[in-house]
Amino acid sequence: MDCGARKDWNHSLTVRKRGNDMNTKRAPFNFIKWIQSGKVNRRLCMVTFMLAPLLLLLVFTYIPFLKMFQFSFYDMKYIGARKFVGLKNYSEVFSRKDCFQALKLSGYYIVAAFIQLAIALWFASVLSFKVKGGGLYKGFMFFPYLVCGIAVGFIFKFFYTRGFVLDTVLQWFGFNLDSLPYWLKDKSINNISIAATSVWRYMGQNMVLFIGAIMSVDSSLYEAAAIDGASGFNKFRYIIFPSIKTIIVLNMILAITGSLSVFEPPYVITNGEFGTGTYFVIMNKLAHVSQKVGLASAMAIVLFVLILFATLLQKAGEWYFLGIGDQEAIRTVRRQKKQNRQREADNR
Amino acid sequence: MKLKKFLWTLIKYITLILGSVISVLPVIVCVITAFKTPEEYATTNVMTLPASWFYVNNFIEAWQKANMGVAFRNSAIILVCVLFGSVLTGSMLAYVLNRFKFPGNGLIRSLFLFASLLPGIAMQVSVYQIMYSLGWINSLPGYIVLMCGTDVMSIYIFIQYFENIPTSLDESAIMDGCTYFGVFFRVLLPLLKPAVITVMILKGVGTYNEYYAANLYLQDKNRLVTVATSLFKFTGPLGNQYNYICAGVIITMIPALIIFVLCQKQIYSGLTQGAVKG
Repeated sequence: MDCGARKDWNHSLTVRKRGNDMNTKRAPFNFIKWIQSGKVNRRLCMVTFMLAPLLLLLVFTYIPFLKMFQFSFYDMKYIGARKFVGLKNYSEVFSRKDCFQALKLSGYYIVAAFIQLAIALWFASVLSFKVKGGGLYKGFMFFPYLVCGIAVGFIFKFFYTRGFVLDTVLQWFGFNLDSLPYWLKDKSINNISIAATSVWRYMGQNMVLFIGAIMSVDSSLYEAAAIDGASGFNKFRYIIFPSIKTIIVLNMILAITGSLSVFEPPYVITNGEFGTGTYFVIMNKLAHVSQKVGLASAMAIVLFVLILFATLLQKAGEWYFLGIGDQEAIRTVRRQKKQNRQREADNR
Repeated sequence: MKLKKFLWTLIKYITLILGSVISVLPVIVCVITAFKTPEEYATTNVMTLPASWFYVNNFIEAWQKANMGVAFRNSAIILVCVLFGSVLTGSMLAYVLNRFKFPGNGLIRSLFLFASLLPGIAMQVSVYQIMYSLGWINSLPGYIVLMCGTDVMSIYIFIQYFENIPTSLDESAIMDGCTYFGVFFRVLLPLLKPAVITVMILKGVGTYNEYYAANLYLQDKNRLVTVATSLFKFTGPLGNQYNYICAGVIITMIPALIIFVLCQKQIYSGLTQGAVKG
């Protein structure tokens, strides 16, 4: 980085020299030449190249964010007068039955996400080695990821309808239709049914990620293990798992933050009815149906703080257990220091 | 030992087949239903195969009811513009961040990183108001501009590729009298092709399947429907005529399926790269 910048400065110097040569010949001021001269051109390039991305970021991310923060203190609709209400919206988020309570549903999705990771890990470790028709299985299991969210909604509405696909399949296995629940209406099971659709959709993606990570492990390790006669499980335990630990942990953390902000599956399948409304589904309803923009903004800010907190916790945990980049993890460093100290004490 | 190995292989294949069946079953049933006549749909079980695989009336009906001709046209326009725009913004920004050292470089990187933490759905509450005040509700260009922004993942992918292109290449181009713009467009962008393809695939899947913002900002469903939002047509009174719905769902899936079969490798590697860096 540093080095690159210095070289950069060097060639802008050479370009400037050339410009000076021209000045000594007293050439008339040439706008195009001036534009093309090193320093001006560099600045110009920087500004024009950054203008569009930063403008978009500002207009569609940071200004809305600040506005949302401001809205959260008002009682307002999209159009019409607004009234400053202080922290009333925030207290409402925590006291209303349908707002903060909805976060409890995240539990279903956290569990589902962890099951999804486990399944993905299993298939990834199977498919990373030679399997007959491996590409085909991989393709089948990955394809759901490419299906549009709303289409997934329809597919599963159909799938779970009384007497349709799932019920028929279960009847083949000897279940009685009357003993089966209504998958999307029965409050004791509908959240599980919906969480299962997100496992269906995203498992393949996780699997592909894990396969990528496993493939990047040095293949000579596997060869050595094969020579030593390691069993499949031992290969997983001692080679695969340690080398993809980081990506697994990363995905687990993503699963937690993702579960807090679940929106799509309940929105497209049940539209949040029958007690399946997650936090964001309810926020969406408040914002765009009943137009309680202030309350919805407060909900968004509260969840954002939660996500930020979870992310910071993750960073701290990562730093402590795994280390960042080339740095060693704090835990290992401490342990080594302790051992060193002990050794010194022993020597004495 | 031999028995153990055999059992192991058995378990492996059984789970693989089971996983694949579960992954495809919901879609297969959709295909079956899409080929059934209304009478068949009403009388036979969902898992019974249709009498004829050449009954395409459902597809024609779904195509017309959901206005899919217009939808595909709009989606194609959106896809081309958004891919062009976001690849350009992403690679330009990555070029500046990687090749120039200036105060604020780190700040811009962290701004994008922080932005990725903001929950997108929640932001639409206030983005809606901005779009409204810009007069971009019900405007295709407005929606395209909204989607053109770059994200931290694409920036990381581009920066990673820039790091692998030696700076001496830029320098020699500058020596030969090339401007910084020329360096980017003539020298570096062609070398960036793998990264561009990766970002295009990731962004393309996202854009093609995007329905929340499309539904919110493109409200005129006769003129501005996209492939993803065209399916909303089936939520109303048509809500339980699954023979049409399934046909519609299958139609929207076909382009994704074709792309998937054609560029399987790029999709897998693109996903892996994106996730590892992002």
